Amino acid sequence: MSAADTLPDAVRNMIDTPLYEERTEFPIEIGYVYNTCAAVENGNPLYWDEELARTLVGKRIAPPTMLSVWFRPHYWAPGASGERKALQAHFDLKDLLGLPEAVVASNEASFGEPVAMGDVLTTCQIVRSVGPFKKTRLGTGRFWTVDVRTTNQNGDWVGTESYTFLGYGRPEQ
Amino acid sequence: MSTTCTPQLLFGELKVGDRLPALRHQVTATTVVLGALASRDWRPMHHDKEFAVNRNGTPDIFINTPNNAAWFERYITDWTGPLGRLGRLSFQMKTPVFPGDEMLFGAEIKALSTDDAGCHWADLELSISVDGQPRTVGKARVAIPGEPSDNPWSRKGARWKP
Repeated sequence: MSAADTLPDAVRNMIDTPLYEERTEFPIEIGYVYNTCAAVENGNPLYWDEELARTLVGKRIAPPTMLSVWFRPHYWAPGASGERKALQAHFDLKDLLGLPEAVVASNEASFGEPVAMGDVLTTCQIVRSVGPFKKTRLGTGRFWTVDVRTTNQNGDWVGTESYTFLGYGRPEQ
Repeated sequence: MSTTCTPQLLFGELKVGDRLPALRHQVTATTVVLGALASRDWRPMHHDKEFAVNRNGTPDIFINTPNNAAWFERYITDWTGPLGRLGRLSFQMKTPVFPGDEMLFGAEIKALSTDDAGCHWADLELSISVDGQPRTVGKARVAIPGEPSDNPWSRKGARWKP
């Protein structure tokens, strides 16, 4: 590992530490489920037919892959200043490592208890790893992985998403 | 809870190596923006072409990660029907998908198994290709009913091991 690969203390201290526990800003609602299904032309009757959902699951639920949707802040809210960002641990890493651009390189999720209408969810973010500098097609940067673990108001595990990002500077930056 | 919904697919009908029916979708700027806004992803590279080109170095806006996941979920449950329950999904977006691309979804069953709680699983290898080139590749693990009265959605706690 070269000297340039050494991580700042502030970054090393973030690794494996649960950060930014937060609750959803609104109870889970059907409008976003319809928007998501419409955006991908998902005709699964489980999400469109209330009676079928109650028969199969006992309640109306959201598609499992919507897990991250519920934690993105509104673009604007009264009293808020500056841009409001989901996955703050990722943006902290960008700032601390001086890597202004980032893309999601891979995404992995496992799904537990279904998310139901009216649920209030809680997440925490855990930085799992930060890799050494690498030259990529987009620029020179580092890969890092952040886990987001989600539970519902009953403490049931509803899912964990693991994001691997490439943070980088473009050649002219 | 047993089901009163006729399963579209039963575990015993599946074989390793089976392929899912292909799905094609022509991507427009609307596809990208609809998906980004539905997933509450307000980052400009998913709706502002100038930002995508000048800051991300990409030729156009591109499909965002949660929308990519939603596309895969739709593709899988088109095949399984409503009784299919997704346990795991992972993917890598090797090259973004842009307006003007035609996405071709494909998948193959790589493994079939039954866990110690009696849940039947199909492990799938997934891809989204454009002009014959894989843009996104991934894997999924989906629970499939073993018989008409089997309902994967009724599984909780120790009976659900994705």
